[in-house]
Amino acid sequence: MRTVALRLAGAIPALIGVILATFVLTRVLPGDTASYFAGPTASAESIAQIRAELGLDRPLPEQFLRYVTALSHGDLGMSLTTGQPVLDDLAARLPASAELTLSALLLAMAVAIPLGILAAVKQGSLADHACRILVTGGVSLPVFFTGLLLVYVFYFLLGWSPAPLGRLDAFASAPPTVTGFFLVDSLLIGDTETFRAALAQMVLPVCTLSLFALAPIARISRASMLAVLGSDFVRTARASGLSPRAVILTYGFRNAMLPVLTTLGMVFSFLLGANVLVEKVFAWPGVGSYAVEALIASDFAPVQGFVLAMAILYVLLNLAIDLLYGLVDPRARMAA
Amino acid sequence: MSATQASPSAFAASLRHARHVVTGNAVTGLAFAMFFLFLLCAAFGPLIAPYDPLASNTAIALQPPSWAHPFGTDQLGRDILSRVVVAARLDMTVAIASVALVFALGGLAGVAAGFFGGWTDRVVGRIADTIMAFPLFVLAMGIVAALGNTVTNIVIATAIVNFPLYARLARAEAAIRREAGFVLAARLTGNSELRILLTQILPNILPIMAVQVSLTMGYAILNAAGLSFIGLGVRPPTPEWGIMVAEGASFIVSGEWWVALFPGLALMLAVFCFNLLGDGLRDIVDPQRRS
Amino acid sequence: MHRRSLLATALAAPFVKPSIAAAQTAAPSRRETLLLVQEYGPNSLDMQGIGSAQPVNGVSLNCYDRLLRFKPVPLADGNGGTFQINELEGELAENWQVASDGMSATFRLREARFHSGRAVTARDVKWSLDRAVSIGGFATTQMAAGSLEKAEQFVAVDDRTFRIDFARRDKMTLPNLAVTIPFVFDSELAQKNGGGDPWAKDWLKNNVAGSGAFKVESWKPGVETIYVRNDDWTSGRLPSLRRIIARDIPSPSTRRALIERGDADISYGLPPKDFKDLADGGKVKVVGVPVPNALWSLALNAATGPFTDARLRQAVAWAIPYEKIMQASLFGRGIAMWGGDGKATTAWPQPYPYDTNIDKAKALVAQLAPGGITTSLIFDAGAATIAEPMAVLIKEALAPLGITVELQKIPGANFRGELNKKTAPMAINRFGGWLDYPDYYFFWNYHSNNSIFNISSYQNKEMDKLVDGARFAPDATSYERDVKGFIEMAFSELPALPICQPLHDVAMQKNIGGYQFWPCREPDFRYLTKG
Repeated sequence: MRTVALRLAGAIPALIGVILATFVLTRVLPGDTASYFAGPTASAESIAQIRAELGLDRPLPEQFLRYVTALSHGDLGMSLTTGQPVLDDLAARLPASAELTLSALLLAMAVAIPLGILAAVKQGSLADHACRILVTGGVSLPVFFTGLLLVYVFYFLLGWSPAPLGRLDAFASAPPTVTGFFLVDSLLIGDTETFRAALAQMVLPVCTLSLFALAPIARISRASMLAVLGSDFVRTARASGLSPRAVILTYGFRNAMLPVLTTLGMVFSFLLGANVLVEKVFAWPGVGSYAVEALIASDFAPVQGFVLAMAILYVLLNLAIDLLYGLVDPRARMAA
Repeated sequence: MSATQASPSAFAASLRHARHVVTGNAVTGLAFAMFFLFLLCAAFGPLIAPYDPLASNTAIALQPPSWAHPFGTDQLGRDILSRVVVAARLDMTVAIASVALVFALGGLAGVAAGFFGGWTDRVVGRIADTIMAFPLFVLAMGIVAALGNTVTNIVIATAIVNFPLYARLARAEAAIRREAGFVLAARLTGNSELRILLTQILPNILPIMAVQVSLTMGYAILNAAGLSFIGLGVRPPTPEWGIMVAEGASFIVSGEWWVALFPGLALMLAVFCFNLLGDGLRDIVDPQRRS
Repeated sequence: MHRRSLLATALAAPFVKPSIAAAQTAAPSRRETLLLVQEYGPNSLDMQGIGSAQPVNGVSLNCYDRLLRFKPVPLADGNGGTFQINELEGELAENWQVASDGMSATFRLREARFHSGRAVTARDVKWSLDRAVSIGGFATTQMAAGSLEKAEQFVAVDDRTFRIDFARRDKMTLPNLAVTIPFVFDSELAQKNGGGDPWAKDWLKNNVAGSGAFKVESWKPGVETIYVRNDDWTSGRLPSLRRIIARDIPSPSTRRALIERGDADISYGLPPKDFKDLADGGKVKVVGVPVPNALWSLALNAATGPFTDARLRQAVAWAIPYEKIMQASLFGRGIAMWGGDGKATTAWPQPYPYDTNIDKAKALVAQLAPGGITTSLIFDAGAATIAEPMAVLIKEALAPLGITVELQKIPGANFRGELNKKTAPMAINRFGGWLDYPDYYFFWNYHSNNSIFNISSYQNKEMDKLVDGARFAPDATSYERDVKGFIEMAFSELPALPICQPLHDVAMQKNIGGYQFWPCREPDFRYLTKG
């Protein structure tokens, strides 16, 4: 418990940095929020009135102070593009993004870790090169391009995939919200039809996104497996006559997973970025597309809220990884 | 990341080893060959291109690949092959410039953090932590949106986004060497700390950093492409792979696949080649692979 | 003060909860349900509110009633309807009469009921129009465009009689009652929930309190809006559609795929290339209505920068590759505004007497700017699908004249800011005026009041005189004289070079009928049918 508290405290400077940096960044945006918001036919007075109402006429330090005060009350401000409080928007959209990103991460791990291990065990073989080319190819294409290509082939040409209309097709209704994850919520009430519908909608975006995450995971799995396989304890295990399979799975795998775990945080941050583009292609009602639209419209509050939410998520994820690390590696647990 | 204790005198051996890796590994060899092809396009693109990449001809708009236009033509009837070839220069510039920038900034900051420790370490560490806590692509978007969508700003944004990667790597490598034999020796002979940092530590970790370089170059190009898709790319009508893919993407569903495919292929090959190059360089630098 | 109002909104329900609106009888079948895909949906349910985006017009149209509406005028191809600015019919008004002195109009209200069940009274109409003229922002500006300026102009005579006293004789007053701003709220319900705000701004943003043909069943901003029919609607023929699902699909390619595969019934806002392909393909129906009073044009700054001399603006007009732009940027989805004979009529928009004639252009530039010009052109990134190829072709065409143009694609929020600065030497813009009168267009675009739409900052006393003369012309003859006068002046003065009149295209499945176009351009579900 103390470890958790300590780790959380350690993340505070970074969060403060994020709040400050986002604030500065959004104020530097050249767009004039008030005149955009006021509409095309607005007079100078009505623009000034809106500016005052949004507090944009105050000096920057005062604006910052107001922002931080509101933040401490859990008030992230209003989105001008959706007309709703940012907190509600984020709460409604975060599960969509999280479900997509986590599924993609899991899929990528399920494919990339075995690939990486295979490549390491058969280092220099044809399989090694093929794996390298495959994962590198996945990361070499812009995600929006892969996404559109998949839509074209699997929906438009072949008709295998359902219409890319977001999380559910237009005539299905969402399961009652418990976790916000449609896959989980539909199973909780035993609604397999909705589960299948939600799953079908997820296949293409999840594949697009996970293709992007294959390379870093496979690469680190391969490298750390190589390092482990060359280490003394594996040599000892081999010398004592254990089967190669047992050596790889019991000794190699467990130790090789440590560096993989540490990179997951990085990969997750990477995926959240790629998410922004995937959500746009698949009409996915997540936080990424929300932030992009807001940024283009110079709508500060959602951008600030989004970045803050992501930063918190990132900190929590890294914390989870650290705790997991302790489970895998007894030494880390003892040190803590 | 394992430590390299090679002193500068081992340079000749490294070169021999490099030749061995390049010739011994077909994939890496291919990557090097592709890299030179891209450099060639970047250097002589306008001379090689069969047509003027900016000249429109609406009479032949959106023509599929043919002998006259091997990659087809785009919405304004411009030759896609010529645009792809000429775009190499800009894309290479963005990739190389952003990486050079982050290499210098992140590398120096990281080395200083690792070598001096103390508050230098804390400051650099905090900056890196803060940047890492941002969703990276959104940070890049924000920077470009705030500063304006010019090539320079795309370069700056990409560099900032990659800062933590370089700073952390350089810091870790420098920290390992802080008390190494050759550093202690230099210290005993009366060199100043700054001098040791610049003449002993820095050259020593350069090879490891070089591996990272080729990996981020690929990312830089993808980043620029993503920004174009959002509408924050370079100014039209400048040919740039990312913008061409982003604009061409809207023609995929209507069946004019070539508009996006060929620039996409060029982009993919470039990123692909940078990544493989990174692996190759790693093999060159990694002592465990050294024969 | 305003902090409190922000907090109040934060406490209000985020989404409209599934309301009582759900089926009273059997649930609507798929045949009675329409699936519409659009780029983005409403950001509010109150079109009078400040900051309401374009799709909010659709909420006003379908969920609220006005006193008057435009009469549908069938399109020539029989695929739907458009409107005539002067032909009105009653919506909430059973009938109306303009006083003999022409300075007021009296409306007799129908027996209509709000969604709450309460009868619509003249007091509700008064409250709603009072709100529109005093709330500020776009609503108030739009009301003023029809000389509806003060709350004192609106009089509730008795429960079902309502009078408007005119501020002046203005031909736009009555048509302006049929646009999507002066719609009628259930004033008691709104005030009850307003929480101290006399205009219930926050509550009405998230709730519909109207008498319209549809109710909002659920609204998830940025995701989807679901409308259900109000079975008790009596202000017109009961719509045949019972449920509308409007999904926000940001990627135009995806929207095209959906309509082409038959998964969506109707698709808004595709690039012109896609509308052309779909129209040529014949699998789906594309209805293109020339947008009244609208133009794509290239504005050249007349107040500052290199184009202050009208003859240089003419040189540019001779150099524009009109035909190429029409093909490569609009894919033919527009109406040519070049090649006119120079004889102005009262029609608007109408072709200008220019064509692509590079020799004339070269001669003028050689005479006026022999050293060449280096300048820049801005366009809205949000309209880049059309504006960017247009800009690239213009840049290319001007290069041989010695005019070097740098293109600047400005993100949406900044574009308006740039226009407000009034310094851009060249800008591509699309303007459409709701009230289809040429003097209305000229008043916003080329008048010395120098509104944001007067991108070229064109100021000319003679032009003002003609425009003002036409706006309040006492008779048809003087109106015609002034209109022809200012259009002819625009031919030679060229505050902006028109390129084409846009078509408003909508793609729909072949079984969708009854498409109706209004000035606000949003879909009207009351007329649509699915068979």
